[in-house]
Amino acid sequence: MAPRAHDRGGWPNDRPIDRREHQWMDWERQAQVLPGILARKGLMVTDELRRGIEALLVEQYESLSYHERWSVSLETLLIEKGILTGEEIDAKAGAIERRWS
Amino acid sequence: MATARYAPGDRVRVRRDAPAGHHRTPWYVKGKTGWVDALYGAFRNPETLAYGGSGVPERALYRVQFNQADTWENYGGSPNDKVCVDIYEHWLEPA
Repeated sequence: MAPRAHDRGGWPNDRPIDRREHQWMDWERQAQVLPGILARKGLMVTDELRRGIEALLVEQYESLSYHERWSVSLETLLIEKGILTGEEIDAKAGAIERRWS
Repeated sequence: MATARYAPGDRVRVRRDAPAGHHRTPWYVKGKTGWVDALYGAFRNPETLAYGGSGVPERALYRVQFNQADTWENYGGSPNDKVCVDIYEHWLEPA
């Protein structure tokens, strides 16, 4: 039985586990807390976040970092639930990009 | 909670199923046989919570123990090594 990309336990791997501490970016801290805030407001549950991550295409799953996967899932869920539109998200992302460039 | 089907010590086998949707049972124990170590209680079903469902009726959740030697081909560690996995009742059948 072939496991899906997220179903990681037991994958053959001779490399030792990377035990270095990860430096978190500010956006990663925000991504980390956002599901809890949405849950507290009754807008989302953890199981939905997981489902959104598991729905990533294999190539996306393998190329995105941990919090990038969370962010894609959150974006998908926020749009799915009608909380934000794709256009609103893209407009804000564009504004942030212009501010920082 | 409705009566739990299994009790600690019961031999159980994990169903070999690969639903397309969200489920918590990891692939590496599917089809494997172990025994119930503990009953945690009943919890809302993550497989329906993941899609906006209510998660009810709640499902019994067990800690299931497996011999590592039964779980992996050519396991090179001690024959006493175990792995514990939390598995929902509907994924288990008597062994």
